Amino acid sequence: MQARTGRGFGIKVMTMGGNSNVKLISDDGIRVDGRKVDELRPIRIEAGVLKRADGSAYVEFGKNKVLAAVYGPRECHPRHMQNPAKAIIQCKYNMIAFSVNDRKRPGPDRRSVEISKIISEAFEYVVFTENFPRTSIDVYIEVLQANAGTRCAGLTAASVALADAGIPMKDLVPAVAVGKVNDQVVLDLQKEEDNFGQADLPIAIIPRTGEVLLLQMDGHMTRAEFDQAIEMGVGACKRIYDLQKDALARRYSVEKSEEDQLEEAPAETQEG
Amino acid sequence: MNKEGLGSSREIVLPGDLLDSGGRMKAGSGTYVQDGRVYAAQVGIKSVKSNFVNVIPLGGRYIPSPGDSVIGKVVDIGPSNWLVDINSPYPAPLHVNEVPWRVDFGDTARFMNVGDTLLAKILMVDETKRVQVTMKEQGLRKLQGGQVVEISYSKVPRVIGKGGSMIQMIKNMTNTRIFVGQNGRIWLDGDIENIVFAIRAIKMIEENAQTMRLTERVKEYLESVCKPAPAEGSESR
Repeated sequence: MQARTGRGFGIKVMTMGGNSNVKLISDDGIRVDGRKVDELRPIRIEAGVLKRADGSAYVEFGKNKVLAAVYGPRECHPRHMQNPAKAIIQCKYNMIAFSVNDRKRPGPDRRSVEISKIISEAFEYVVFTENFPRTSIDVYIEVLQANAGTRCAGLTAASVALADAGIPMKDLVPAVAVGKVNDQVVLDLQKEEDNFGQADLPIAIIPRTGEVLLLQMDGHMTRAEFDQAIEMGVGACKRIYDLQKDALARRYSVEKSEEDQLEEAPAETQEG
Repeated sequence: MNKEGLGSSREIVLPGDLLDSGGRMKAGSGTYVQDGRVYAAQVGIKSVKSNFVNVIPLGGRYIPSPGDSVIGKVVDIGPSNWLVDINSPYPAPLHVNEVPWRVDFGDTARFMNVGDTLLAKILMVDETKRVQVTMKEQGLRKLQGGQVVEISYSKVPRVIGKGGSMIQMIKNMTNTRIFVGQNGRIWLDGDIENIVFAIRAIKMIEENAQTMRLTERVKEYLESVCKPAPAEGSESR
């Protein structure tokens, strides 16, 4: 973005979290990083970036950098976790030690266990798990750089990676966070807004049907603000959805030149 | 019949893409139905065949279906069965009744041991995807010598080619024996140098599976490397 950043905001970043008197939105409705209240950060999505995984994706939401890899369906270990009726989705969200300012102590913590769980559950609703009984589909989300909204970026990336892995699912899943900052509803919070704002509301939907797959809220909002936030989030999800589709289309575009035989080959494998 | 005809039989579709809105076509593989409309369930190529819309997958894991010829590897042995890895999420037991030899109870290891490669056929798959394989059919056997390479199972039709044209060409020009399993495993045997050329040709097909004139390009490649023509003088040169 251009030099619109930081103009006349007078940021006093000293309070520890919670709301404060930090002015995050200027009087003409421009945010700290120069965006309007309903503007997304620049988003970049790339499908099929890893060679060893069955499916993969790389997503940037502004300064967030997230890598997702999918393996499977594969034999489920440990065995007692397998379900004879359907596949299970095991998601692992992890923040790399250098993803935040202070080194993040490696390993699962309360927060990453929670995020892994809610992302798995979101996908269990869209993936046709009943096609692969007794297997597990493993989704790995690695946050390389965090700047608020990583669970949404991670979910967006994982959904593209699942599609890239050839796993049958109802639809791609876009996700975005909406929040409340300086008593205004704003889209796609970035770090300062998340830290010093009043509310954070990540949302993931199935764009075609509008079904909600993930909805959390941290902070306080009035009912009217909540409705406005949902509306804003759903609209943004549809824009992210287009970017997801575009990423997959680019990945497979070479295949558009596909001309000749892709029809069912004879089952028998002839000896030479 | 086909309303959105557009000669669209080679269109790339993504999960959630609408394939048919009017209930004119039936939902085939790789699709699902919601509110009477047919949507794509996975990334693939849309194809319409006898009133069915299908999505031919471009990736994913091999899921066994009865009648497929596969190349398996023995991963475990029991007193009356072998456990065969068929490159799918499901291990496939091979019972002693399904092999062409008479095997006494507990004598399985004398016939095939862990690590052996074999050519088998999927006998049956039940609804919880329990698989059984058989070797009791013409041409199914334990594979001795040779090498196995793995490719994505969705590229197998391209490696075989129309009516087996591609694989036949590779066999003739490199003078190797090749088996292609539906599970994406390919077994090759012959002169070590020729095997290397054949593997390179197969990898080339896998990487460029979606491009046109692939057969000619593979032929060009093989012609360039197989200069010392096989002494048996195949007519393909």
